[in-house]
Amino acid sequence: MELFFSQILDGLSIGSVLLLAATGLAIVFGLMGVINLAHGEFMMLGAYVTYVVQSAFKPMGGVIFELYFPVSLVLAFIVTALIGVLLERTLIRQLYGRPLETLLATWGVSLILIQLIRSVSTAMMLGIIVGVVVGFLLSKVLRAKFSEKPFFTYLNGLAWAISIGIGLIAVNLLDQIRPLSKAWFGPRNIDVTAPKWLQGSWGAIGGIELPGLRIFIILLSALLLLATYWFLNKSVWGLRIRAVTQNRQMSNCLGIPTDRVDSITFGIGSGLAGVAGCAITLLGSVGPNLGAAYIVSCFMVIVLGGVGNLLGTVLASLLLGIIQSVIGSGTLLTIFPDMPLAAKGVIEFFATTSMSLVLVFIFIIVFLQFRPNGMFPQKGRSVDA
Amino acid sequence: MKLFQRLVPWILLAIALFILPAALDDFRLNLFGRYFALSITALAIDLIWGYTGLLSLGQGIFFALGGYAVAMNLMLNTKSLAGGNGIPKFFENYGVAQLPFFWQPFWSPVFTLIAIWVIPAVVAGVVGWLIFRNRIKGVYFSIITQAALMVFFHFFNGQQKLFDGTNGLKTSTTELFGQLVGSPDMQVWFYRLTVLLLPLAFLVCRYFTSGRFGDALIAIRDDESRLRFAGFNPVPFKTIVFLVAGALCGISGALYTVQTGIVSPQYMSISFSIEMVIWVAVGGRGTLVGPIIGATLVNYLRSLVSEALPEAWLFVQGALFIFVVVLMPDGIYGWITKGGFRTFLAAFGIAKKSNTYPQLDKEAIPVD
Repeated sequence: MELFFSQILDGLSIGSVLLLAATGLAIVFGLMGVINLAHGEFMMLGAYVTYVVQSAFKPMGGVIFELYFPVSLVLAFIVTALIGVLLERTLIRQLYGRPLETLLATWGVSLILIQLIRSVSTAMMLGIIVGVVVGFLLSKVLRAKFSEKPFFTYLNGLAWAISIGIGLIAVNLLDQIRPLSKAWFGPRNIDVTAPKWLQGSWGAIGGIELPGLRIFIILLSALLLLATYWFLNKSVWGLRIRAVTQNRQMSNCLGIPTDRVDSITFGIGSGLAGVAGCAITLLGSVGPNLGAAYIVSCFMVIVLGGVGNLLGTVLASLLLGIIQSVIGSGTLLTIFPDMPLAAKGVIEFFATTSMSLVLVFIFIIVFLQFRPNGMFPQKGRSVDA
Repeated sequence: MKLFQRLVPWILLAIALFILPAALDDFRLNLFGRYFALSITALAIDLIWGYTGLLSLGQGIFFALGGYAVAMNLMLNTKSLAGGNGIPKFFENYGVAQLPFFWQPFWSPVFTLIAIWVIPAVVAGVVGWLIFRNRIKGVYFSIITQAALMVFFHFFNGQQKLFDGTNGLKTSTTELFGQLVGSPDMQVWFYRLTVLLLPLAFLVCRYFTSGRFGDALIAIRDDESRLRFAGFNPVPFKTIVFLVAGALCGISGALYTVQTGIVSPQYMSISFSIEMVIWVAVGGRGTLVGPIIGATLVNYLRSLVSEALPEAWLFVQGALFIFVVVLMPDGIYGWITKGGFRTFLAAFGIAKKSNTYPQLDKEAIPVD
């Protein structure tokens, strides 16, 4: 039985990682209707921020080094939130009301982010900056001169193409200089060592060891969830966000700055992804492909829980985590050794990590047969809800 | 001019059948064979996305099922690959002595030829019916097809004893009619087969998108609720079109497998299935010529970029996704047919602008 409870605890911690990752997505998807397939890559960015912070703290050593983790949590949130706002202002903004298009465009963003992390070097970064600056200046000059002309759009496109070319040339030139061409991270996985106070056990309840890392992640996800709940339901901006979700045009008429609300919502969603990525570094080494492992599960959590419902997201992620952990480890066999042979065979068949995922996804698809809108469906009168 | 337009498809077919094999070396010809095989998948996706508005992110399932069907048949019927029990050697690595039951029918080539498209069609029909009867649509449909894709991916990836897991099934070393499937001669034949099947797939798609059935599909895309209020039940339409698309993907997967020489769970990866969608988007959704152009162009671009600078491909692909979605939603073919090129020339004063209402408005409204 103890084994069973420790499996449950394990499942809870898997579920809470899912919850961390899915909370941000629930905000972006549930409130804005944007399918952000780059969400997993924001997590990856958060993980890399943690790595950078850790490397920066390493030379200090001692007690200060032990404090790197809280700092990186905050920084991961800020950095990913800023990148999220940037993405919203430049790209997502153009695609509101077309969720399938946001899906494709954000997938493109995720591909770019993955490759960027793999091959980013100082030379590349400088080249990108050069390209963007030249592009901005060119298009500003052109706007001043030709903005009335019918061919302005094409000219502007040409200007950006030229500036991308200039950026590429700059990258190639700078790449000749040895110290600049070294990749920052490279395609390989990176390792973050958990601070000492998180390693080891945090005592025991009823003979079950409480591993510090897992408990910390469970606490962190609970805390963030409460903070998100408070923000959405009690703060002024939360009120505005909910108003825009319910009726964008009416909110706009009443003086709510909807475009700023959009930026903030997307920024917070991305920031939460960054925090999730930061927590994931504690569980093992992470690489540029981190996002792919989580993104589908996150969407399933949201669909299962009911879109736009935080409670549903919590229940769904914990449920999925527990199913995955209990089935995937084959614990049921050790707890109930004398069950019929057929059931035994079935459980053994699913008792690997990948097969337990199969079971989880089948479970979700079957569940949606009975409750097509998830556990807690959105109430409304809209025909297409 | 009319005559010329009618001859264009035949000219293209003749070029693909006779001129390309003569002009290109074996390697390039094989590449074009693959592009044309993928074009069939693009057509299928256009059928369900461009015409019916169902964005499936799970077409990789049907693609891989077709590929596995043909690979299983080829592996069973190759003497040189058989192990001790007369079954493919890889089974020995996992201590499997007896052929799994569902491999048995694949001894027969006739069964395999039917299975290549019937199995994906049946799976697509069941999955589609389960989803559509619950009125799950739009984004939710996309997410659930993606989840279904993950089910199949993890299943094929995790079952070493049944499908050789991650390694996949290699077909290039198998034999067909006493020849190696990977040999250049066989590859030319597969190329010809693909070139002949692509127009057939095109005709199938045209059959389904024209007439009353096609009208119903477009009605589902544009306003499903209104169609339902008008007394139609959209479920059979959606199920049938999803089933047809599944079958086409299966055929395409089989053709692709014999030309690449391997089928593996990677065909069911998330990224591959999303890539398929972008071929259609680049070419032009809602047209039947577009997907073929898109699949061929994007994959050709991919070969070019990957040969020159492998790391750059993801950047290019990502930029392509964003560019097409934001700036060119109609794709290349749609851009041209909707007068994009004319507008482009007109902007520079080369072509004469046609008098349209917006323009008349602009001139007529006095500025106060």
